[in-house]
Amino acid sequence: MEILVCAKRVPDTSENEIELNGAGNDIERDDLVYSINEPDNYAVEEALQIAGKAGGQVTVVTVGGEDDEEILRREMAMGANQAALISDDAFQGSDGKGIATILKAFVQKGKYDLILTGVQAEDGCAQVGGMLAAMLDYPFAALVNSIEVLDGKKLKIAREIAGGNREMNEIDLPCVLSIQTGINEPRYVGMRGIRAVASVPIPTHSASDLAIDPSTVGESAAKVKRVDYFVPALGKGAEVLRGSREENVEKVVELVAAKGGLK
Amino acid sequence: MARIFAYIAHKGGVPDDTAAELVAAANKIDAAASPTAIVLGSGADLDAVCATLRASYPEVWKISQETLAYPNAELIRKALVKVLPAGSIVLVPHEHFGMDLAPGLSVKVNAAIVSDVLAIEGIEGSNLTIVRQEFGGQVSAHVRCDISSGAVVTVRPGAFKPLESAAVNGTLVDKSAEVGVLAAGRRYLETVVAEAGDVDITKYNVLVSIGRGIQEKDNVPIAQELADALGAAVSCSRPVVDAKWMEKSRQVGSSGKTVKPKVYLACGISGAFQHLAGIKGSPFLIAINKNPKAPIFQVADVGIVDDILEFLPELTNKVREMRRVA
Repeated sequence: MEILVCAKRVPDTSENEIELNGAGNDIERDDLVYSINEPDNYAVEEALQIAGKAGGQVTVVTVGGEDDEEILRREMAMGANQAALISDDAFQGSDGKGIATILKAFVQKGKYDLILTGVQAEDGCAQVGGMLAAMLDYPFAALVNSIEVLDGKKLKIAREIAGGNREMNEIDLPCVLSIQTGINEPRYVGMRGIRAVASVPIPTHSASDLAIDPSTVGESAAKVKRVDYFVPALGKGAEVLRGSREENVEKVVELVAAKGGLK
Repeated sequence: MARIFAYIAHKGGVPDDTAAELVAAANKIDAAASPTAIVLGSGADLDAVCATLRASYPEVWKISQETLAYPNAELIRKALVKVLPAGSIVLVPHEHFGMDLAPGLSVKVNAAIVSDVLAIEGIEGSNLTIVRQEFGGQVSAHVRCDISSGAVVTVRPGAFKPLESAAVNGTLVDKSAEVGVLAAGRRYLETVVAEAGDVDITKYNVLVSIGRGIQEKDNVPIAQELADALGAAVSCSRPVVDAKWMEKSRQVGSSGKTVKPKVYLACGISGAFQHLAGIKGSPFLIAINKNPKAPIFQVADVGIVDDILEFLPELTNKVREMRRVA
C-alpha cells in the first residue's frame, strides 16, 4: 500500500505562550518552539504501522519553505521512506483551498492508495483533507481513530463521534482520512535517528514542477484572509490569586469548602 | 443578499441544539435573513424533526431517502449539491459531522469555507467578517471571507445564543425528488458505544481534572492523592488519554464525558473548547496552569499561575490537615 501523509510544521501550543506582535497583525514568532503538528505525527505513525503490515512505502509531504524541512527529516527518522517539500513564492498567502489545490497536484504526480492528514493544525480549520478528497473525487473520513486494512480495495475505519462513541465505516481505496490524536502511540525519535537522515536529499517541487496554475493558489486566489489577531475577552476572566503558594493553597481549600466540595 | 441555509443535525426525531443556534448565526450575518433549514433523513424521525423546525425556521427543506437514515457525509454532500442554489451561504455545526461534510461540500459547490466560527461581525459588499480562534484558543482572529460565489460556514456549537422569538409556522418544502440515486465510497457499519470504565466521573461533586501539565503517567498519583483527600474523582482532558496515561472513560469533553460537578479543579489544562463543552451546570472552576495565557483562565472563576506538580501536593497536605482538625 502506497501511503502519503500531508504534514505541517507549526508553533507548538503546548510549549509556547502565544503573544501578539506590536502591530497586532501576527503573533510574536521569534523564539517560538516549532514542531510537527501533533495529529500529523500520529498520521505518520499510523502510515508506518499500516505499511509494516500491508507492505508499501510511506511518503511525507509538506507545503512550505526551507525551515519546514526539519519536520520532514524528523518523520524520515521515524521511518518514512521518502519526503517531499513543495515550495514556491506563488504559494504565499494560500488559504485552505489553495493548500489543497497544491497537494492535489502533488498527489496526481504519484500513485497513492491512501492519503492521511492530521485532523487539524494550529489554526483549527480542519479543512485541507476533506477538500483534497473532494478535488480528487476520493472518499473521505474525518476524525479517524482506528484503521484496519480489509483487502487491497478497502479499509475498515472508526471515526470519533460524540461522547467517546465510535462510528465504524467501510471505505474504498484510494481515500483520504484525517487522523485524530490518540489513534496509536507514535514512536520516539532520538537524536541518533535524526542524524542518520541529516544528509538524505529531500526533493523540492515548485509550482511549475507540479503544473500548478499560479492563479489558483496564493494570496490572489485566497477567498479567506486573516485580517488581524487579537486577544479574546471571552467571559469575565478568572480572579487570579497573586499570593504566595502557601496563601494560594489556603485560599483554594477555603473556596472548595465554601462551594460544598469538602464534605 | 445570498440565501442562507442551515444544515440541521438530528437524532431520534429531535433536532440538535445547534439548529436553534444556527438561526441566531444567520441573524448575525443578515438581520433581515429568512434562513432555510435543510434536513436529510428518512421516515417518521425526519417528519418529526421537520415539524419541530417549522416553529423556528420560515422555510424547511426536507430530503427523504432510505439511504439517508444514517447521516453519511458523502451521501449528504451529493444530495446538497443537487438542491442548493448557486451562491448560497450554508451554515453547518462545527462538530464531528460538520468536519466530515463541510470541506468537501465547499469544493463541490465552489464556495469559500470558514471553519469553527465563534462570532460574526457582518457583511460589507461581498465580504463576510467573522471571528475564530487559533493556537488552541490562545489568540483570536478576524477573518474575511469573500462570499461572492457562496460560502460554507461551520459554526462552533454553543457560540451563538438561540434567539427568543415567536414561533414562525414555516413552510415545508419536499426536495426529495430532486436528489435521485445516491451512492458513496464509504459505508456506515455500526456505532460502537464507549466503554463504561472503572470510575463514573459524572457522579462526583468535585473533580480534580488533569491535562497535559501532568507531564507523565508517573505523576497521575499526585492528582489521585488530592482527589482521595477531597473525596473527589480524577478526570482529564484529551492529551492525557491520547498519551494513554488515563482511560478514555475519564475524559471530559465533546468526545468524552459530560460532567456537572459543583467544583472543577482544572489542573494543567489549557482549556480547549472541546474540553469546556463537556463541563455543564456552571461549576465553580478553579484553574491552575503554568501558562498565564492559557485560555482556561478566561472561563475560570479563580486562577493560579503555578506548576501543578508542586502546587497539588501542597494542596493535598492542606486538605489532609483540615480533615484531621475537623
